[in-house]
Amino acid sequence: MADLAFDPAGHPFESVGHAPASTGLAPASAAYAPGSAGAVPGAGDSLAGSAGFLTELRGALPRLADGLLVTVEATALGAALALLLAYVLGLSSRSARLPVRGGARLVVEFLRGTSLYVQLFWLFFALPMLGFRLEPLACGVLALGLNFGAYGAEVVRGAVAAVPRAQTEAGIALSMGPALRLRRVVLPQAHALMVAPFKNLLVQLLKATPLLSLVTVPDITFQIDQVRSATGSTAASYLLLLGIYGGTAALLGLLMNALERAAKARLGQEGGV
Amino acid sequence: MPTEDPAVRFERVTKRYGDHTVLDALDLEVGRGERVTLIGPSGSGKTTILRLLMTLERVTDGVIHVDGEPYSHMPGRKPGTLVPASERRLAERRRRIGMVFQQFNLFPHMSVLENVVEAPVHVLGESREEAERTARDLLDLVGLGDKVDARPTRLSGGQQQRVAIARALAMRPGILLLDEVTSALDPELVAEVLDVLRDVARGTDITLLCVTHEMGFARDVSDRILMFDRGRVVESGPASELLESPAHERTRAFLGTVR
Repeated sequence: MADLAFDPAGHPFESVGHAPASTGLAPASAAYAPGSAGAVPGAGDSLAGSAGFLTELRGALPRLADGLLVTVEATALGAALALLLAYVLGLSSRSARLPVRGGARLVVEFLRGTSLYVQLFWLFFALPMLGFRLEPLACGVLALGLNFGAYGAEVVRGAVAAVPRAQTEAGIALSMGPALRLRRVVLPQAHALMVAPFKNLLVQLLKATPLLSLVTVPDITFQIDQVRSATGSTAASYLLLLGIYGGTAALLGLLMNALERAAKARLGQEGGV
Repeated sequence: MPTEDPAVRFERVTKRYGDHTVLDALDLEVGRGERVTLIGPSGSGKTTILRLLMTLERVTDGVIHVDGEPYSHMPGRKPGTLVPASERRLAERRRRIGMVFQQFNLFPHMSVLENVVEAPVHVLGESREEAERTARDLLDLVGLGDKVDARPTRLSGGQQQRVAIARALAMRPGILLLDEVTSALDPELVAEVLDVLRDVARGTDITLLCVTHEMGFARDVSDRILMFDRGRVVESGPASELLESPAHERTRAFLGTVR
C-alpha cells in the first residue's frame, strides 16, 4: 500500500475498506462516519437546510460534471470490453474443440470467482510491481471489462443454447456451414434473448464503477466525496450521489428497453418490456 | 459419373441410440428421379432415414451412397478403405440434398423473401438479383407471390410450409426429403401444401423421399411405397398395389389405423 498515489484523506472507503488494520479497535463511529479529513461528522447534516453545502456544490459543478463524464466513460468502455469478451468467451464455451471449450470455461470461472475489488487492486497495485503500469482509468476499465465479460459470457452461451436446435438443422439442410449458421441464423435470434440479461449487467457495471475511486480515478463518487469532506454534509452528499446513480441507471434501462423492443420486433415478436 | 447409379443407396445401415436400435442393417435403393414414400408406425425409423441423409445424424454402422459415391463416408488413407466423412466433405456433398421439416423451421428474423434468398446467396454465391428473381418465381409457384415481405410468424402454418418448400427448392437439390410436412398443420391447411408438392413432383425430375401419413398424397406422387416396422422394410411395392392389396399383415394393420 506504500505506493498509494493519491491523497487518502477524505476518502470514504479508505477508512472503511482497507486501512483499519492498525485500528482494529477503532470505535464504530470512526468506521461508519469516515470524515477523517477534518470535516466534523454530522456537522452539516440538516440536509437541504445547509446553505454552505449548496454554495460548495455550485462551485463544484464543473468538477461534478467531469466526474460524471468519467463515470460514464468507465461504464461505456468497461461495457464495450465486457461485451467483446462475453462474445469471445461465450462462443468459445460452445466450441466443439475441448481445449477451446475448457480454456474458456476456466477463464470464465476464474474471473467470476475472484472479486472485482481484488481484481482492480491487483491491476492497480500488483501489476506495476511486475513492470506494467496502467493509467488508473485503464485499470478500472480492464477490471470491469474482465469481470463483467465473464458474466456476459454466460449470457451469450445461454442465449445461443436457447435458440432451438431446429434452426441449426434448417441451416444444415440449406448447406450453410457452421460459421454462416452462427452468424446469419443463430446469433440474430440469440441477440433478442441477450438484451434483458445484458441490461441487468450494464446497470450492475455502472453501480460497480465507484470502486474505481479507490484507485484514484476521479469519477463522480470521488468528486462528490470531495464536496462531502469540504462541507461535512455527509447525508446530503451521499443522497445526491444516490440520485445521480439512480438517474443514470434509469436512463441506461430506457436505452436497453428500446434495444430489446427492436430486437424482438426483428424476430416478429410483439412487446417485450 | 454413370447415370445408372441410384440416387441413394443404403448399404447395411445401422443407427443406434445407446441400446436402442432404430435402423438395423438396412439396405435401400432409390433411383434417380424416383418418388418413394416411407410409411409405418412412429418410431419405425422412417424419419431417421431422412435425417441420416441430411447429415443431421451420423450412421452407427454401414455406408450411405449418394449418386454412386460414398456419402456418409469417404476414402481413407489406405486404398480401399472408408472412413467417416469429414465435416468439410459433408458440407460439400449435402448440397445435393434438400429437406422440408415437419415444423417448417423458417428463420423468424428474416422476411419470406430473405428466407428463400439466404442460402443461394451465401452458400451458392449467387448474386442477390439473380437469387431474388429465382425466389420470386418459386414463391409464385407455391402461391405466395404476394407475401414476399411478410414475416414468417405472420403466416399460417400452410403458408409457412409452402415458404419452406420454396426455400428448399431454391438450392436446386437433386434429392428432396419431405419429413411429415403436413403433420403439424390444421386439417384445412393440408391440401394447399400437398397441392404445391404435387405440382413440384409433376413439374420436375427431382428425386423425392417422403415420410407421410397422407395416403392419398402417397398414392398420387409415389412410384413406390416402403412399409417400415422396427427399423426394417417389411413390404415394398408400387403405390397403388401396396395400398390396395397389402401382402404383409403389419402393413394391413398399419393402413387400418391411418384410414
